[in-house]
Amino acid sequence: MKEKIQSLIKKYGNDRGRLIDILLDIQEMYRHIPGEAVTIIADQLELSKVDVEQTITFYHFFSLEPVGIYAIYLNDSPVAWTHGRAEVARAFEKELGILFNNVTEDGLIGLWDTADIGMNDQEPAAIINGIVFTELDPSKAKKIIQGIKEGKGIKELAEEIGAELNGPDLLRTMVKNNIRKKGAVIFADYEIGKALKQTVTQTPEQIVDEVKKSNLRGRGGAGFPTGLKWDFCRQAGGDEVYLICNADEGEPGTFKERVILTELPKLLFEGMAIAGYALDAKQGIIYLRYEYRYLKAYLENVLQEMRDQNLLGKSIAGKEGFDFDVRIQLGAGAYVCGEESGLIESMEGKRGEPRNRPPFPVQKGYLDKPTVVNNVETLCKVVPIMLKGADWFKALGTKESAGTKLLSISGDCKNPGVYEVQWGMTIDEMLEMVGASAVQAVQVGGPSGTCIDPSQFNRSIAFEDLATGGSMIVIGKDRDLLKDYVLNFMSFFIEETCGSCVPCRSLPVILRNKLLKIMDGNGTKNDIDELYTWSQFGKSANRCGLGQTAANPIISTIDNFRGLYEDLVKTDEEYLSTFNMEQAVAASCEVVGRVPNIKSH
Amino acid sequence: MNNNGKLKFEIDGKTCYAEKGQSIIDAAKANGIFIPSFCHVEGVKPPGSCRICNVKVNGHNMTACTTPVTENMTVENNIPELIELRKAIIEVLFVSGNHFCPSCEKSGNCELQALAYRYQMMVPRFPYEFPIKGVDASSDHILLDRDRCIMCKRCIGTVTKDGKNVFAFNSRGGEHLHVVMDDVLASQLSEQEAQEAMELCPVGAILRKEQGYLVPIGERKYDQAPIGSDIEKS
Repeated sequence: MKEKIQSLIKKYGNDRGRLIDILLDIQEMYRHIPGEAVTIIADQLELSKVDVEQTITFYHFFSLEPVGIYAIYLNDSPVAWTHGRAEVARAFEKELGILFNNVTEDGLIGLWDTADIGMNDQEPAAIINGIVFTELDPSKAKKIIQGIKEGKGIKELAEEIGAELNGPDLLRTMVKNNIRKKGAVIFADYEIGKALKQTVTQTPEQIVDEVKKSNLRGRGGAGFPTGLKWDFCRQAGGDEVYLICNADEGEPGTFKERVILTELPKLLFEGMAIAGYALDAKQGIIYLRYEYRYLKAYLENVLQEMRDQNLLGKSIAGKEGFDFDVRIQLGAGAYVCGEESGLIESMEGKRGEPRNRPPFPVQKGYLDKPTVVNNVETLCKVVPIMLKGADWFKALGTKESAGTKLLSISGDCKNPGVYEVQWGMTIDEMLEMVGASAVQAVQVGGPSGTCIDPSQFNRSIAFEDLATGGSMIVIGKDRDLLKDYVLNFMSFFIEETCGSCVPCRSLPVILRNKLLKIMDGNGTKNDIDELYTWSQFGKSANRCGLGQTAANPIISTIDNFRGLYEDLVKTDEEYLSTFNMEQAVAASCEVVGRVPNIKSH
Repeated sequence: MNNNGKLKFEIDGKTCYAEKGQSIIDAAKANGIFIPSFCHVEGVKPPGSCRICNVKVNGHNMTACTTPVTENMTVENNIPELIELRKAIIEVLFVSGNHFCPSCEKSGNCELQALAYRYQMMVPRFPYEFPIKGVDASSDHILLDRDRCIMCKRCIGTVTKDGKNVFAFNSRGGEHLHVVMDDVLASQLSEQEAQEAMELCPVGAILRKEQGYLVPIGERKYDQAPIGSDIEKS
């Protein structure tokens, strides 16, 4: 093992910054990171063992213990649950004779929960050794286990279970694209290289100005003006500038970037090249979430095709001195790495803990150099803007939200999938578009967004009203909103917080416990008020977007669905003790073998 | 900027001066104003993790330890909203750990205890969680008691042996994150280094072995004078 791992680390230039890549390879080889490997890495990179382990244990898909030669990661998002996850999980457990979060005795198969894997339009879904299995049911689960036991390869199994596979040979996946509505910007006619050739006839400043003029805002959720970000980066100067494409869409319910990466990778890479030109960057990096690892070989191939066409590499589009290339950096499973500075930390081989600001990434980002982090969809939009102009783009959408938006719509509707719509569409219009009726609520922007009730369905999807990074979950009338959604989302944040900031680490736990108290029927009206008041502390106190929004599932449902909480509490009582004497003395009763007559006390 | 090259700014209406590049918390201290912190140690890059030094900078919440002063900046510090937030953070720390002051070696020298007094915490508003955290006594010189650890990160990246981190985070999330100690490196620390690590820890999580209660409770640092009073007097 020693020589193998030493040469692996050498392959990555003995670079501590490539620790994630080193660990990904080792995890793949041994199905965990053995203790011996940790020691070898620590020695060779001159780190302490605990230092290496703090990176390993941060990421969901790294493990110090074996996860199984076949590791089944079953999605844990609310939509998976409302679409039959429980039955699928039970089938896996029954077939294997083990419970989730365990590995079979022979070490062959492990069952694991995992946060949203970007397949909300085809749940329940699972990742098995990097390959995605969608629309599972108990019989498919049984087939998978039997197939593995018979020694079938995982790709072979996907072929067997998926009725028809999509994409070219390098992809061949069960994952469907479900593009339901094509709009004017992303899913429009696209001729590769045309925009890039036009770009190089202008100066980088002109490109930045055009993007600024278009009012393009970041499509990841925060909505920062893209041109302004580029401008800040140019102002920061420096000899080395990095462009990072954030393909770590982890917000539960979003999957539009997966569709772009599958359908239009060239559009994205061309957008990156244009951004590279505007920023004088030589290196672009796409940070691809681990869940989309199945796309990596395919994307590498697309990159090579573009190099061959002189759309990446040296003297791009014939422009002397315009050198720009893209490499793919895989993540390893962490929602918080979707936050741009957490993503940068991860790219440097560390725990993906968001940084303090200032300095901002545009001043001091990857390797402390000026860095622009843009979302996949944002970079794609640059391409048609270059061709058709800022005014054309601005004419679409609303005053403050120019252009179109890709929505990932899932949940209780007839046609879940990706829709490219103009900003300004109302929720009512959206629900009609996707074929949804008897709707209780719409979760706008994922767990970190807001949950709205039907009285607000006339509101419009736009930065100035209902902002969204693209996740839209339709919640039907017969769902248990608090249990199916709010509780799931709180558990999600508790699991996904990096834990660095005190209020983000500990407050969601306190809130979740309070929510459970109410859900268990032990709450009073006072508990609802306290829950609401306590929820406010994180908003302004935490460092990054995760911490600032982690209480949103509770805040927005108390705002909009207070009745659901009130139904659960005994409103006539001011105080209700949660102390249960029988429970409290249960352990000691067992030891002494006697049960006191509690009722008489 | 014509005050001997110093930056002029304001905290709660009081005119203050700062060196260029100085953080709000350090500048406040130099101007006799106390802003509480668990994670920040002067001279070390602040982790900005405890969030108790949150102030309002031109109306926005910012951590005073990570934000450099700029000319004419307006800082709000002692305002009801922030006092309430700080008190809540202290209470969060009490309920999410196991802090039994009367039996703790750090009592009287503990910054969590001292700030709880300063912010007049009687009993936390949040329910105690009584989590199971565990003790690591594997090192020759140091005892790591996670019951008392507030995961401020002061020790991480600061306590080193041969340039390597002795302490590190492990895992992530609200229920699994904890601090670990490299037992080999920790055992190599000199007695002096172990003492410094203990003093660096704001609470009683890092303790020296074979040494305890050298100064009786009642005669310790914050028994003599409340936290922050030294800064406010100057």
